[in-house]
Amino acid sequence: MTLATATKRSANGASARRGADHGAWFLVLPALIPILVLSVGPLLYGITLAFTDSQSGRTEPTQWVGALNFQDLLHDTLFWDSFRIGLIWAFGVTVPQFFLALGLALLLNQPLRMRWLARALAIIPWAMPEVVVGIMWRLVYHPDAGVLNETLSNLGLGEGKDWLTGTATALFAVIVVGVWAGMPQTTVALLAGLQNTPRELHEAAAMDGAGAWRRFRTVTWPAIKPIALAITALNFIWNFNSFALVYVLTQGGPGGRTRLPMLFAYEEAFRYGQFGYAAAMGCVMVAVISVILAFYLVGRLKGGDES
Amino acid sequence: MMRTKKSTRAAQYTALAAYLVFLAFPFLWLISTAFKPARELGSLHPTWIPKDPTLENFRQAFDEQPLLQAAGNSLIAALSASLIAVVIATPMAYVMARHRNRVSKAATGWVVISQAFPFVLIIIPLFLILKNLHLINSLLGLIMVYVVWSLPFALWMLVGYVRAVPTELEEAAAVDGASKVRTFVSVVAPLLAPGIVATAMFAFITAWNEFFFALVLLKTPEKQTLPVILNRFIGSEGVADLGPLAAAAFLATIPSLVIFAIIQKRITGGMLAGAVKA
Repeated sequence: MTLATATKRSANGASARRGADHGAWFLVLPALIPILVLSVGPLLYGITLAFTDSQSGRTEPTQWVGALNFQDLLHDTLFWDSFRIGLIWAFGVTVPQFFLALGLALLLNQPLRMRWLARALAIIPWAMPEVVVGIMWRLVYHPDAGVLNETLSNLGLGEGKDWLTGTATALFAVIVVGVWAGMPQTTVALLAGLQNTPRELHEAAAMDGAGAWRRFRTVTWPAIKPIALAITALNFIWNFNSFALVYVLTQGGPGGRTRLPMLFAYEEAFRYGQFGYAAAMGCVMVAVISVILAFYLVGRLKGGDES
Repeated sequence: MMRTKKSTRAAQYTALAAYLVFLAFPFLWLISTAFKPARELGSLHPTWIPKDPTLENFRQAFDEQPLLQAAGNSLIAALSASLIAVVIATPMAYVMARHRNRVSKAATGWVVISQAFPFVLIIIPLFLILKNLHLINSLLGLIMVYVVWSLPFALWMLVGYVRAVPTELEEAAAVDGASKVRTFVSVVAPLLAPGIVATAMFAFITAWNEFFFALVLLKTPEKQTLPVILNRFIGSEGVADLGPLAAAAFLATIPSLVIFAIIQKRITGGMLAGAVKA
């Protein structure tokens, strides 16, 4: 097949771009091999591990156990707690993040002074290592030396709260950090969408007497909808799978109140050495994420039909 | 240009100010804490501006943990991974952007799906594989993981840059009888150079900032990268020496911030070119 296209190419230069020839393979292989060996392969290996009793440092050979890990997971209330926490966290971060980012993007799209500063600042959380973001907010939340409690007590709004270790506040406190940390990407994506919106449409709508909300609904939103859907779906998935931020902030505490699924799986695998069981958790997470992705793709296809 | 009411403008500026405060205050607090002497950090009423600013925390941070070595490890890992990633990703991105064959379709699908992997499903098998290769606690093993981990995004960005290159030049080269590889190397790659640099810098930052894989794969402090060493400052009980912790965290951010400032515009463009068209 490739030979045929290669010979045809010399006769007709333009057709060469369409078919794959040997050259195309040479260009693809350097990336394809590492992807297959270090990503696709391990992923399949990981899925098979979920059906074994693989453990770290065990002397007897690993055995197939069928769906046993999944049956155990079904009855593992700690896992379902973490799953529930993961969903609350993912919703709790993604939704406010989207609205805040949309607001900021709309502002940055206006001819306001100081918006360069907001743009520059909005990049900071993005460029920082998540570990630093976690450390930074630990300093903000610190019961004595933190700025939050000091400010609240100056405003007469109670004092000495232990945000990250209090069972009532911990999840809320980490969600706020999640919103802060993820806002830049969302803002930048939405802003780019806004800047692709033709100004004339806005002006025409304004001439027709459309108010701000109408203009947003009929001109702005349709223009940024594809990006908004994509970034929201990705944010949800990234948040559901996140690890470093909450690991640094609370290590999953207090009493598992912020133990996201990834933290749980990490502990199961690398603290208790239960590779097979942790792999099964990973599979369940993939299944859930696939459902979300499917919803997103369906939504995106529908959106495509409208336009 | 539309006229905007004065009251609307006032509301907009108020909102912008609120955003500025929300975005800036944790970072300002980090800097403030980094320069505070221990006794100010122990006081119950911390202030924004250190009364008695000191560099003592920075000195102590270097004493407490092998920060320089960790920064060196991070640099080696991030630099190698980003260079390897763009060298192997660029040709593939070219094929993905210009050819609609099975390989490029599968690769595009993989780029999208890989965004959804929970890393735990990848890291357990990788851990076992690298262990068999005696590459646990080795930067080489980590670099291999980083290369593959940064590939999807690198491909995504690069495909966008390739699409921005007009096809006429390539067609002319093909008519002249240049092979695909030859066309790519001498016609397309030079035009892509700015995009390749931006992609490499982005891959560098992601690797420089990465924590999870490094935490799992690197066991001893001599091998660990900066984020893992930073995490060591927070003891297992969560009790930390706040000043040195803040100082070290502040230092670890500077390289990424500088690079990000340089490539900010390009990232936005490249990312969206990929995101919108994919």
